[in-house]
Amino acid sequence: MHKIENKIKNIVEISKKIRIDVVKIIHNAKSGHIGGSLGLADIFTVLYFHTLNHDPNNPNWEKRDRFILSNGHVAPVYYSALAHAKYFPVSELLSLRKLNSRLQGHPNALDLPGVEISTGSLGQGLGVACGMALSAQKDRKTHRIYCSIGDGESQEGSIWESAMFAGHRELSNLIAFTDRNFIQIDGNTEDINKLEPLADKWRAFNWNVLSANGNDIQEIINTFEQAKLEKTKPTMILFYTKLGFPVSYMDGVSKWHGTAPNDEDVKIAIKEIEEYYSKIGLS
Amino acid sequence: MKYLKDNIFNNPTELATRSGFGEALVELGKINDKVVVLTADVTGSVKANMFAEKYPNRFFNVGIAEQNMIAVATGFSLEDKIPFVSTFGAFITGRVWDQIRVLIAYSQSNVKLVATHTGVTVGEDGATHQILEDIALMRVLPNMTVVVPADFNETKKAIFEAVNFDGPIYIRLGRQKSPVIISEDSLFEIGKAQKLKDGNDVTIIACGVLVYEALKASKELKEMGISASVLNMHTIKPLDIEAILKSAKSTGAIVTAEEHQIAGGLGSAVSEVLSQQFPVPIEMVGIKDEFGISGTSEQLLTYYGLRSKNIVESVKKVVKRKR
Repeated sequence: MHKIENKIKNIVEISKKIRIDVVKIIHNAKSGHIGGSLGLADIFTVLYFHTLNHDPNNPNWEKRDRFILSNGHVAPVYYSALAHAKYFPVSELLSLRKLNSRLQGHPNALDLPGVEISTGSLGQGLGVACGMALSAQKDRKTHRIYCSIGDGESQEGSIWESAMFAGHRELSNLIAFTDRNFIQIDGNTEDINKLEPLADKWRAFNWNVLSANGNDIQEIINTFEQAKLEKTKPTMILFYTKLGFPVSYMDGVSKWHGTAPNDEDVKIAIKEIEEYYSKIGLS
Repeated sequence: MKYLKDNIFNNPTELATRSGFGEALVELGKINDKVVVLTADVTGSVKANMFAEKYPNRFFNVGIAEQNMIAVATGFSLEDKIPFVSTFGAFITGRVWDQIRVLIAYSQSNVKLVATHTGVTVGEDGATHQILEDIALMRVLPNMTVVVPADFNETKKAIFEAVNFDGPIYIRLGRQKSPVIISEDSLFEIGKAQKLKDGNDVTIIACGVLVYEALKASKELKEMGISASVLNMHTIKPLDIEAILKSAKSTGAIVTAEEHQIAGGLGSAVSEVLSQQFPVPIEMVGIKDEFGISGTSEQLLTYYGLRSKNIVESVKKVVKRKR
C-alpha cells in the first residue's frame, strides 16, 4: 500500500464518500449487492470524476461519453457515483430499493438521469454498448462508450456474442472493463464455471486487453488513459479487485456478493474503510 | 370506409407479407435516414436484400447471434436511430424474450421487431421454425404493441406506421404468398379494428392469413342464411375493445380465427375482454396446444383446421349456443 499523491487526493476523497454511502444505503435498504459495489468504488469514482466526458446538468448531451452498467446489480456504487457527480441529490440515496423510489434494485433508465439503459438481467449491457459504439462509428462521432461487466456475468453466452461482434466491427470507441474479483453468488468463478484464461479469450475475440489493480486509483486512471489510445480494436480492461474492498471480512467471501450487512457488520466496515483511507494518507 | 379490394374471391394476386416488408423498407430508406435494418444471417429470407443493396451503411448483418442483435438494436435506438430488427419469428421472440423484456419493453426503446416466418404456413421447415406462440410471448409484455397484418398491402402500411409510432412494436409476418385483399389506399391505424363485412348473426374476428379464410367463411355462411360480420383485428395489442364490444352487442356471438395457439393468442385476448365486460358465446379457431409438422403451407392450413370450412363449423356451433 502506497501513499496517494496530492493531484489525485480529491478523487480519493470522493471514493471514500462513495464507499461509506454504499455501506449505509445497503444497510438501510436491508438488501443489495455490497461486495461488488465496494470493490468497484475506485473505478466508478475515476470514471465519473476523471475519465468520462460528461455533463450532469445535461445528461443527454450529444457529445457525452456513454456509460453502460451491464452488471446492473452493483447499482449502489453506480447510484452513489451519479449522486456525488450531481445527477441527483445525495440525500436521495437513502431511498434505494424503497417503494416509489427512482433508485430501483437494478437501474431503471426511464426514471433516473444519467442512466442510459435499464439493466439487471446479465449479459445484455455489452451488446447495447456495441450498438451505441457502432452508431457513433458510422456517424464519425468522437465520444466513447464505456461498459462495466462482472466476471461472473462473463459466463453468459450473450457476452461472447457481443465480444465477437465488437471485435469483428473493430469498435475502437468501446472501452469495456471486467470486475475481476473471482467471486459470484455461489462461490469462486474458477470452481463454478472457469473463466481463465480470461485475457486470452478477449484477445482471441480481437480485443485490445489491458489489466490493472482495480483498487488503485492512480493505476485505474492510467489504464483508462492507455485504453483511449487504442485505434483499431475495442478494449477490455481486466480490473483485479477485491470483493468488499477494503473491508477485510468480505474479502473472498461469496456471501458478501449479495447480502446486506447488519448493524455490527456496518460498524466494522466503516471503521475499516476509515482506517484504510488514513493509511493511504487521507485524514 | 371500404377496406377490401374488389373481386377478392376471383383469382386474387398472391404476395407474401414479408415481401411487403422488403418493399416498405426500401421506400423508408429513401425518406428517413434514421431507419437502420438489422438481421441475423437471413437477409434474403426477410427480404432486406433490397435495402441492404441501396443503403449498405444502414444495414447490419450481425451473424447468427440474435441476443446481441436485440441489444445492438437497442443501442441504435438510444442514438436516435429507428432500428428495424428482423429474423424468423421463432428467433426474434422466444430466443431473445428476456432481451426484449428488459431492453425494449421495460426500457420503452424505440425498436421495431419484425418476424417474417411465423405459424404453420412456414411449411416444410417444420415445428422448430413454425412459431405458434409469438403473439402470446409479445402481448404479455407491458409497453409492447403487437400487429398482425392481413396481407401484403396492410404490411406496407403497418411498417410505415411503425416508423411514426414512438415505442416498441412487434409485427408478425409470413413466409408464404397469400391473397392481396386490402386496398392500397384504405386507412390503417394501429389499434383500430376494421369491419370488413357487416352481419347480424355472428362476428368473426380474425388476424393475419386467417382474415381471408374468415371472408370466405362469411360468403359460404351467407349462402346458408347466416349473416356474419368480419372484423380484421390486425392489432392484438392494444386491442380494439370498443369494436369487439360493439360487435358482440349487435351479433351476440363470436368466433375468433388465428394461425397461432388459441392459448395466449387472439382467442384469449378477445375472450379476456368479453368474459369481463359482455359475456357472449365464443368459439375459437386456431392451434390447439400442439406443435407443427412439415408439409406445404396449404396442406398444413387444412391439417390444423384453419380453413374457412372450420370457421363455418365454429359459427354453426356458436350460433346454436346463442340464447
